[in-house]
Amino acid sequence: MFSLDRWQEILGTLWRNKLRSALTALSMAWGIFMLVVLLGLGNGLQAGVEHGFADDATNSIWLFAGQTSRPHKGLPIGRRVVLANRDVGKVDALPAVDHITGRYFARGGMFGGEITIRAGAKAQPFDVRAVHPGHLYLEKTLMKAGRYLNDTDVAERRKVVVIGLPVAAFLFGPANAIGRWVEINKVAFQVVGLFDDEGGEGEQKKAYIPITTAQAAFNGADRVNMLMFTVGNAGVAESKAIAAEATALLAEAHDFSPDDPQALRVRNNVENFQTFMQIFSMIDLVMGLMGVLAIVAGVIGVSNIMMIVVRERTKEIGIRKALGATPANIVGSIVQEAVVLTASAGYLGLVAGVGLLQLIERALPPNEMFGPPRVDLGIALGATVVLVVAGALAGFFPALAAARVNPIVALRDE
Amino acid sequence: MSLVSLKKINKFYKVGAHALHVLRDVDVDIAEGEMVSIMGSSGSGKSTLLNVLGILDAYDSGEYLLDGTPIRGLSERRAAQYRNKFIGFVFQSFNLLPFKTALENVALPLYYQGITRRRRNKLAAQYLEKVGLLEWSEHRPSELSGGQKQRVAIARSLITQPRLILADEPTGALDSETSHQIMDLLAEIHAGGITVVVVTHEADVAARTQRIIRLRDGKIATEAASTSPTPSTSTSTSPSPSPSPSPSTSTSTSTSTSTSTSPSPGSEQAG
Ligand SMILES: Nc1ncnc2c1ncn2[C@@H]1O[C@H](COP(=O)(O)OP(=O)(O)OP(=O)(O)O)[C@@H](O)[C@H]1O
Ligand SMILES: [Mg+2]
Repeated sequence: MFSLDRWQEILGTLWRNKLRSALTALSMAWGIFMLVVLLGLGNGLQAGVEHGFADDATNSIWLFAGQTSRPHKGLPIGRRVVLANRDVGKVDALPAVDHITGRYFARGGMFGGEITIRAGAKAQPFDVRAVHPGHLYLEKTLMKAGRYLNDTDVAERRKVVVIGLPVAAFLFGPANAIGRWVEINKVAFQVVGLFDDEGGEGEQKKAYIPITTAQAAFNGADRVNMLMFTVGNAGVAESKAIAAEATALLAEAHDFSPDDPQALRVRNNVENFQTFMQIFSMIDLVMGLMGVLAIVAGVIGVSNIMMIVVRERTKEIGIRKALGATPANIVGSIVQEAVVLTASAGYLGLVAGVGLLQLIERALPPNEMFGPPRVDLGIALGATVVLVVAGALAGFFPALAAARVNPIVALRDE
Repeated sequence: MSLVSLKKINKFYKVGAHALHVLRDVDVDIAEGEMVSIMGSSGSGKSTLLNVLGILDAYDSGEYLLDGTPIRGLSERRAAQYRNKFIGFVFQSFNLLPFKTALENVALPLYYQGITRRRRNKLAAQYLEKVGLLEWSEHRPSELSGGQKQRVAIARSLITQPRLILADEPTGALDSETSHQIMDLLAEIHAGGITVVVVTHEADVAARTQRIIRLRDGKIATEAASTSPTPSTSTSTSPSPSPSPSPSTSTSTSTSTSTSTSPSPGSEQAG
């Protein structure tokens, strides 16, 4: 029921009761503001963690070769466990294992160091990973042009390389990189593919070469430093069983105790991911609870004020009824007033909250811990609707009561 | 047929545990075009009776026919329509909305008829002019004198062209000079063909009506025909300048009436 007249009446009333309107608006806007900010920060934290997982398959198990820390079959402790290419095949034979890759750390150390890649005058050290084709699935590498490494590359120790988009841009500028040659450790490799990675800049500034080619180029024999494989949609318990199975297999082959935590270190990402998700659903819950409390406080504030409004205006209601206002007129104008006030205040709170989140997002440099603090607008709008409905109901019932009494009763009110 | 017909109306107020019997078997008949006053000592039930007549208050038993329509069991909507279109109420304490201007107060009943603001304000200005307050249109009630407020309230009661005007001690808060102006205004309204019922304490106010209904402890005591003139015979509804009520034969009011009419802006500017 839109009429300019009605709006003038309502805005007039709101303006006449500036302080009261401002207080209602404030408690409303504050509730929405708090909810938006809390939800946004919670989402930011969660986005940060998910970002940390985004570039890797979360359904994966990593096995690092280490040193024995327990005597086994009369053998001493402190022996290096050296995995080989054939171990990759053995583990791959397990039915639960989906995609698998070995990793050879050409420069030693954890994950290996960086190796200079050169193309003409351009040269810079990059992380060059020596892998099997299955690595594509473990890293969630997104191919943009050309192809990834394949089994023939590994079997024939081909000198081919797949490079990230920033690497291609650095070496070749906007020109097509596929088919061009680069020098890695003074050996010429042909670029066969370009990739992108959701893990961000750090994961994109990489190059992948066949593990066998790297082993030959860096005198690695057939050494494998690390095994990575995915386990389909196995749950935590299943993934643990698979890890134990793989460990037992390798322990048998390399004569170490399957219970030795140092001989083969296991990183079970299925388990890690679940732990993180549990922590963050807790944080989400706490944030959500605080937001709900803010909304409840808003509802109480708005309801109280609407009750006072009706109380204060009893005499006015009496006069209007004596002049021919129906209960519907009275209730309608009070409810509409409440809705106009709470909806516009809620909108303000929404805008202010989203604005603050955007400021935070802009002020915060991109980092691993905290993603963009965005809020689900649906939830924020839902909360606004809840407050508006609460305000309308809080106005509705006292207004109905006041509008139903005989006009003379309302008129007597002083 | 009477415009107003009350038969054996009873009304109680609950005071604590027991009920106060405020109206006792009240029978009242008022014909269209009559001007009637209700008198009685304080607490005799005059206001209660008028509020029942104005559908501002409920009654407990009896029958109230307004223009032949039974009022009991009327829906809120229909009751609101009667209050809006059929009845104009004038209160002792004015009951103007303090935050609205004189013009907006007068226009308010038309708001509930869905009449546009422009048309409302135009009509309200006409009625303010009738009561001699056009130049006070933009003033709020707090900036008006008691007499001016009551004239605004009368303009408001008239704007929907009701058939019945009910006034509860309209002069009760005013000095005698201003009271006369207000009574002139009511007499003029009556002369225009509208039925007028006035509750009053003042004999000279009652003397200007055609009939006095006396209440004592909630019962009708006597119904005396007042000796005032009856302009109801002239049913002309034209807004042409209606003559001020001719001086009544009552000696007590004749002088005051004649003196009060001349300075009264209300009666001079009417029409
Ligand atoms: N709301 C109420 N609750 C209880 N009793 C009431 C109420 N209103 C009026 N009364 C009582 O009803 C009786 C009649 O009241 P009413 O106001 O009709 O008197 P009145 O004749 O108009 O008096 P006055 O000349 O003083 O205005 C009084 O005894 C009064 O105390
Ligand atoms: Mg009274």
